[in-house]
Amino acid sequence: MEYMRLNKKNMAVFIEELGRTCEVWGPVKEGEQVKYAPVSNATDMALDGFKNSTMSPKEIFFPQSEKMLSFRREGEDANIYRDEQAQPTKKAIFGIRPCDARAFRILDMIFKNDQFTDNYWFSKRDATTLVGLGCTEPCSTCFCTSVNSHPFDEKGLDVLVSDLGEHYLFKALTKKGRELVAGISVMREPSDANIEAHMVLRKKAEDVMTVQFGTDKVKDKTVLELFNEDCWTGISEPCLNCSTCSYVCPTCHCFDIQDEVSKEGGERVRNWESCMTWIFTVHATGHNPRPTKKERVRQRFMHKFKYIPMKRNGEIGCVGCGRCVALCPVNIDIREVVKQMNS
Amino acid sequence: MPIRTEKIRKVAKKLLNDHRVDVVIGYKKGTIPLKNIPYFAKNAEEADKLVWDGNCRGNLASYLSRFNDKRVAIIAQGCVSRNIVGLIQEKQINSDNLYIIGVPCTGMLDSRKLIAAVPGEITEVTENDLYVIAKGRGFEVTMNRGDVLSRNCDRCTVRNPVLFDELAAEKVNEQKDPVRYEKIKAVEAMSPEERAAFVDELLSPCIRCYACRDACPLCYCPECFVDKSSPQWCGKSQDSTDVLSYHLIRAFHTAGRCTECGACEDACPMGIKVRLISGKVEKEIRENFDGYEAWKDLKTQPPLTVFKRDDPQPFVKE
Repeated sequence: MEYMRLNKKNMAVFIEELGRTCEVWGPVKEGEQVKYAPVSNATDMALDGFKNSTMSPKEIFFPQSEKMLSFRREGEDANIYRDEQAQPTKKAIFGIRPCDARAFRILDMIFKNDQFTDNYWFSKRDATTLVGLGCTEPCSTCFCTSVNSHPFDEKGLDVLVSDLGEHYLFKALTKKGRELVAGISVMREPSDANIEAHMVLRKKAEDVMTVQFGTDKVKDKTVLELFNEDCWTGISEPCLNCSTCSYVCPTCHCFDIQDEVSKEGGERVRNWESCMTWIFTVHATGHNPRPTKKERVRQRFMHKFKYIPMKRNGEIGCVGCGRCVALCPVNIDIREVVKQMNS
Repeated sequence: MPIRTEKIRKVAKKLLNDHRVDVVIGYKKGTIPLKNIPYFAKNAEEADKLVWDGNCRGNLASYLSRFNDKRVAIIAQGCVSRNIVGLIQEKQINSDNLYIIGVPCTGMLDSRKLIAAVPGEITEVTENDLYVIAKGRGFEVTMNRGDVLSRNCDRCTVRNPVLFDELAAEKVNEQKDPVRYEKIKAVEAMSPEERAAFVDELLSPCIRCYACRDACPLCYCPECFVDKSSPQWCGKSQDSTDVLSYHLIRAFHTAGRCTECGACEDACPMGIKVRLISGKVEKEIRENFDGYEAWKDLKTQPPLTVFKRDDPQPFVKE
């Protein structure tokens, strides 16, 4: 039962039955944006013409502002830190794109090392089953196949779903995924033709998504060679040093910790932060090791394409979702940047 | 090749070849439809990449102060030329080293309007003075150019540059008495509770990337109040009070200085109509200071920066 089939007419049953064991999330339209949110009915989901969510779904496990702990000045528990982590709800997310799931896998590596585990990330992540939707019509800004991924990439997903028109074909990839599929009464054994149709879709998407740049030379060059390339001045010239690229990116994960204090007490909050900003690296002395936008822009691309691969067995820190390409106010296109790094 | 692009390249090449300037700030064709990239041409070959079309949004004046040690030519339509006047008045740039290639402007396209008007992903856009044609897989939609202009451009009354060394085209007719502030007036008419709810909803998608600030030529402070940590004026979380504080304080700082170039709104990745806030401030200035519009000439100072003995408000004298 590696593969199972669900008639789209039964989506309501699927969501109802799944909803008995966990919260069901899916892509929902909210104003101009598409985001993942709880759904109670199949019609809540914006699947018609769905490309991807506006913001990356990292915000589900790593919210832009997250309360860590709180403290009070007076009373019995004065000056004692209280853990403010919300109990994670068990959820299944339908419609996650393979690129974003791959990004979760990269963040898993980063939020855990041999000494520490970031419980804020993992408590929510572990309570979630990811039901991904293979991309049959990638956007022109997408480039997953250039960064070792694929429109039907299975890494990071629990279930991969293929849209066959009348049916969805479910491919369970993990124990969590198999349990989810097994718990739905309206799942049927697929025909050979269904599986064949899935393979055709997969191949078609792969053909559309041609490799747009190589990363072989980036791999071969030393850090210092890349660091001292002339290209960084030109690449950074138009940059506004806003944080759009970092905040919409599914793999950017830097944060800043702030104590928000009042007369009565306070809260410790962690907020997204971006290496594009001057304040990110300024020291208490006033010295800033990344004083101009050249150093800041270089950092972001070096991190994704050199530092992460060096530390994580060649894994590239970019999944090719294209959000930064589409949303950068001045059209700094990461594909063009990597082409220059790889020249 | 459109006439403006042709002339811009010609002028830029001459300036660079004659060593009159070190760099020409303009736009290069973008990598995706509806986007151009700010471009810094340093030789004649690079000058041949300069373009002018309906996607030259943003505001090139915001790059100027970074080139104070260089001789610079900049391509400037009406709004950008007004911001240059402002930067000169506020002593941020050295006008001796500046050459302005003025562009009489016909308005920039609103990429969000175009994207919303078609049934799929746009892969190609062509335009002329009257029409814009958007193409994608299985569709081709022709629109009147006037219907898909940016919200600031469709009511702009200063399309011709107010300060320039040379023009890249014949001057265009200015629009007279456009309809302004419809939405702002509607918000003014709301009850305080409705207004608070409106602003909350307006700003709820904000991710505090500060693209609106970073795209704005008025925001040249070396350290913005919102980044300051000692003292910390503004909280850094997504708390709605902090988000609102950022937007309101920034809007106040634009009072009497905003040229309505629309760079803030164009830069916003979340499509927030941030000009509804700065526009309210701009409206107050216009109504309270004899219809003042920022920086239409080098002489007139913005009303909030001058003192008059006959000021009708007593508080400035007390």
